[in-house]
Amino acid sequence: MPATLPQIGLLKGLALTLKTMLKPATTAQYPHVKPALPPRSRGVIALMEENCTVCMLCARECPDWCIYIDSHKEVVPPKDEGARARTRNVLDRFAIDFALCMYCGICIEVCPFDALFWSPEFEYSTYSIRELTHEKEQLRAWMDTVPAPPELEVGAELPKEIADGLAAARKAAEQASAAVTAAADAAPAAAKEGAGPTATAVEEDIHVEVQIDQAVFDQLIAEGKTERVARAKAKAAYVRAEKARIRAERESGQ
Amino acid sequence: MTESLLALDNVWLALLLKVAAIVGFFLVAPLVVGYIEHKGLAHMQARLGPMEAAFHGIGQLPADGIKFIQKEDIIPANADKWVFSLAPGVALVPAMVILAVIPLGPGLWAEDLDTGVFFALAVSSVSVIGILMAAWSSASKYSLMGGIRAAAQLIAYELPLVLGAAAVVLQAGTMSLVGIVEAQNDFRILGVVPMWFVLPQALGFLLFFVASLAELSRPPFDMPIADSELIFGHMTEYTGLRYAFFMLAEYAGIVVLSALAVVLFLGGWYPLPGVGLPSFDVLFLPGEVVAALAGFAVTMGKIVALAFVMIWFRATFPRLREDQLQRISWLAFIPLAILNIVVVAVFKVVA
Repeated sequence: MPATLPQIGLLKGLALTLKTMLKPATTAQYPHVKPALPPRSRGVIALMEENCTVCMLCARECPDWCIYIDSHKEVVPPKDEGARARTRNVLDRFAIDFALCMYCGICIEVCPFDALFWSPEFEYSTYSIRELTHEKEQLRAWMDTVPAPPELEVGAELPKEIADGLAAARKAAEQASAAVTAAADAAPAAAKEGAGPTATAVEEDIHVEVQIDQAVFDQLIAEGKTERVARAKAKAAYVRAEKARIRAERESGQ
Repeated sequence: MTESLLALDNVWLALLLKVAAIVGFFLVAPLVVGYIEHKGLAHMQARLGPMEAAFHGIGQLPADGIKFIQKEDIIPANADKWVFSLAPGVALVPAMVILAVIPLGPGLWAEDLDTGVFFALAVSSVSVIGILMAAWSSASKYSLMGGIRAAAQLIAYELPLVLGAAAVVLQAGTMSLVGIVEAQNDFRILGVVPMWFVLPQALGFLLFFVASLAELSRPPFDMPIADSELIFGHMTEYTGLRYAFFMLAEYAGIVVLSALAVVLFLGGWYPLPGVGLPSFDVLFLPGEVVAALAGFAVTMGKIVALAFVMIWFRATFPRLREDQLQRISWLAFIPLAILNIVVVAVFKVVA
């Protein structure tokens, strides 16, 4: 083996270690400085006890059977006289053994009633493996650390519950105002009723076949927008212009 | 030539004070180097190192020491009990004895021997006996292989170390360590520019420093310990306080050999080439003491700087192979050291 003389690499190595020494260390001082986790970190599984119907889906789907559920049935007296009494499941015990849990999240996926959630809480290590089986009180307490559900896509339909609630509220308000006007105007104005609310709705049923407004498209491209953005904006511009034209036509026609 | 500050009329009192000073220095300085190693090495690896024991982990080594004292002192069943027990002491004592002749400041030495260099190098080679004792008596194949590697390595690198020091002795014209420091202060390149021996003896300094790394079994020359191959070499079977003694011997060795390099090549207690120490009276302190304290600070600064370079090398270079280690010493260092002596001798005679 030919002997090689020491080369510049030795100095390069020394420079590298010296540079690393002068830079701040990457060590996280964990117990003193909490880590900046992503908001939806999967730390622990929380239980929204009120939502649980004891359907047992989570316990059956769990790959390592770490969910323990006990329940009993309760007879609920009938609402109306003479109706049949109903039974209802009551959750007695809901426990997850985090010593067994492999954090796959299948229970959360399969829960049909949104009773299980990921929580970013992770500081629940214990000195004994038995203490890692957490009962429903603790699982419910972790529910407070679950972040709010993510925002829906912009322009998406509202969730059904919220949409229904809003519709009901609007209807009630409308009925109230109608009742007020009806009381004030009395009988003669009754024929006009219903014309007001429908007038605004007419405008929205204008249907326009989508096309690209070539002039707008060319201008946007010249401005340096990407083709995709330019196309979308040009389409929107065309639809806006066309709707305005139809609206003007109708008004003049009427 | 100045006398030692501790040269009192009462011989026994002087002896007691000297021994106390040496033992105190021997117990504290390695801890300083150890702390620098903990933190320096950690930061070179983008870590923080010890942080919990007192301020920034400054109490880590005392805490470790207390832990070692509490541990059970295990002697393997097949071990040669007496040799096994004595080995850490044999490895530890030479480092302490060398401190007796090393000047740490003007007047700050226990004994200014006329044969100071000879004494220091002779005593430092005793530690290999301690390592061999530990290796042989442990009744463990890892210990034995580590010990044999250590013996081969220490013999191979003793030569460039001694030859490097010999060139300095030639140039200084004295074997006294105090005399060498003074000779460096008086030395002038071409009779004009004041300079320490590190420049005219650059090759010698390099050889001395690298050889001292190998003498101490420090990375990249830590084959006798080689934790990935030999567990921990001759220290494999040791626990508790005896193990702590071996570690203390290693870090004391760093201090001692750094101090030796400072005295031989880096101008000892002189802050700059051709610049002396302040020696005026400050408050109640006489000038002599002020100079001694300033000189001690300067020497310690240089020792710590050299120790830092050793730690820097540890963080940077991977361990060499055993045959590479031997080849470097016998085929490169020893011829170069002899060449260095020849050149120095020629210049000494001509100039």
